[in-house]
Amino acid sequence: MVDRAESAVALAGEREATPPKLSLRGLIKTRRSTSGEMLTAVDNVTFDVHQGEFVCLLGPSGCGKTTILNILAGLDEPTSGKALLDGRTISGPGPDRAVLFQEPALFPWLSVVANVEFALKHVGVAPGERRERAMGWLENVHLTGYANAQPHELSAGMRQRVALARALACDPDVLLGDEPFGALDAQARELLQNEVQRVWVESEGRKTFVFVTHNVREAALLADRVLVMTAAPGKLLEEQRIYAPRPRNLDDALVSRVVSEVHEVLMREVGKGGTT
Amino acid sequence: MRRVARELAPPLAGVACLLVLWAIVAAPASPNTLPSPAEVWSAFARGLSNGSITEAAGKTLLRLAFSFGVSILIGTAIGFGLALNEFARRAIRPLVVALQITPFIAWLPLAVVWFGFSERAVVFVAIVGAFPSVTLATISSFGQVPPLLKRAGRTLGAQGWQLYRGVIFPAALPGYVSGLQQAWGFAWKALTAGELITAGLHATGLGQLLQRSKDDVPMLIATVAVIVVIGVAVEYLVFVPIDRRIRSRRGLLVGG
Repeated sequence: MVDRAESAVALAGEREATPPKLSLRGLIKTRRSTSGEMLTAVDNVTFDVHQGEFVCLLGPSGCGKTTILNILAGLDEPTSGKALLDGRTISGPGPDRAVLFQEPALFPWLSVVANVEFALKHVGVAPGERRERAMGWLENVHLTGYANAQPHELSAGMRQRVALARALACDPDVLLGDEPFGALDAQARELLQNEVQRVWVESEGRKTFVFVTHNVREAALLADRVLVMTAAPGKLLEEQRIYAPRPRNLDDALVSRVVSEVHEVLMREVGKGGTT
Repeated sequence: MRRVARELAPPLAGVACLLVLWAIVAAPASPNTLPSPAEVWSAFARGLSNGSITEAAGKTLLRLAFSFGVSILIGTAIGFGLALNEFARRAIRPLVVALQITPFIAWLPLAVVWFGFSERAVVFVAIVGAFPSVTLATISSFGQVPPLLKRAGRTLGAQGWQLYRGVIFPAALPGYVSGLQQAWGFAWKALTAGELITAGLHATGLGQLLQRSKDDVPMLIATVAVIVVIGVAVEYLVFVPIDRRIRSRRGLLVGG
């Protein structure tokens, strides 16, 4: 285990020698509140994410982590500062950066398999190949038996697994997750966390995952690197690297140590947010 | 089969009750004020055999199809345009709302001035009565497309027209169909009322048949019954099944 942890350190060093996959430079996002005053959602955030990394943005609710994710997805624009993908300014959404939202966001008029085919269609897969490839992605999340069901006939956890299959069907370089497990019950969450972890491991360093969460245990379980944010306005507070080998579980000594450390930092931060 | 029977039994019982009540009330009355169901039925049979009812119903349905079709085209085009442009929407939507709450019959005298006592006047009133509902339903159905689905579509690579075809149109469909259902009701009411008032010399239709049957009460009631039955039939044989299909597919059917 020590060996594997050391090789993880070596791997992290190797990644950082290459130019970053995603990069935020002095990102500031302000928006007008309903009462008309300007609020700073994200305050001068700078960080890089390298190809093949799994990064979790962790912070109290309202700290702007979802805003950062939306900017990376191209669904929102920075007020100032830069958001770069492969060194180029992000100018809009695209299937190279698939997004898992908190809600599955499946199209209710399409069957499960047609939802996955939707993604294939827009990345240019020929009509004749779509069904077979979509079934392959459903098999990956163990849902082939529900291919012809409508989304509303599935449980919340199954719907989110379909959303995962649909996102992966784009074969994205980057998978962005906006608290995608937040609305699930404990069992469904654990199942999905394991699937996400497996998909990331199987991509062997080709896919970059950036997930937003307020759940410390989830961040410690999934991420190579946890970026802890302050309460609003969101700034980066601390960075925590996790070299525990995968697949991980929460009983790993390294993971639980990270959980308790980060938890302490975060509780101080939430406490501050509560008193101001 | 048993399900169909269970579905149909209560409304049929309601109709049976109405007929019995009608027969009881009509028994002592004169056929020239309130004829019995049997007298009305024989008037209806007469109308069928001499072709007056079938011809009138056919003409009216043809006019309905034309005016409703034109209302859908105009209403959808305006609604879609207004859904796309916020300034135009804020400028024009109130006018369409005003048009919708104006009783359609108020346009009839003007229609007669413009088009004479003609078919065109009737069709004009039906279109003016129906298209605002289509326009308003189009605007609101686009407004109610969940932003999350649009965002999901965009992150999956759909953009421009693809986003409309793949996400926005299907997401707007249930609201749009409800609007058509409402618009058809307006078209139907406006059309029969318009026909009644512009019962010209040559024109035939259910409204005109009503006008011509003033002195034949059984025929009058038979014609009203035909108007009612056509309305109910279109509602339950066309719109309800379409609406139900769309909603059940999406899991939106309450208690279904």
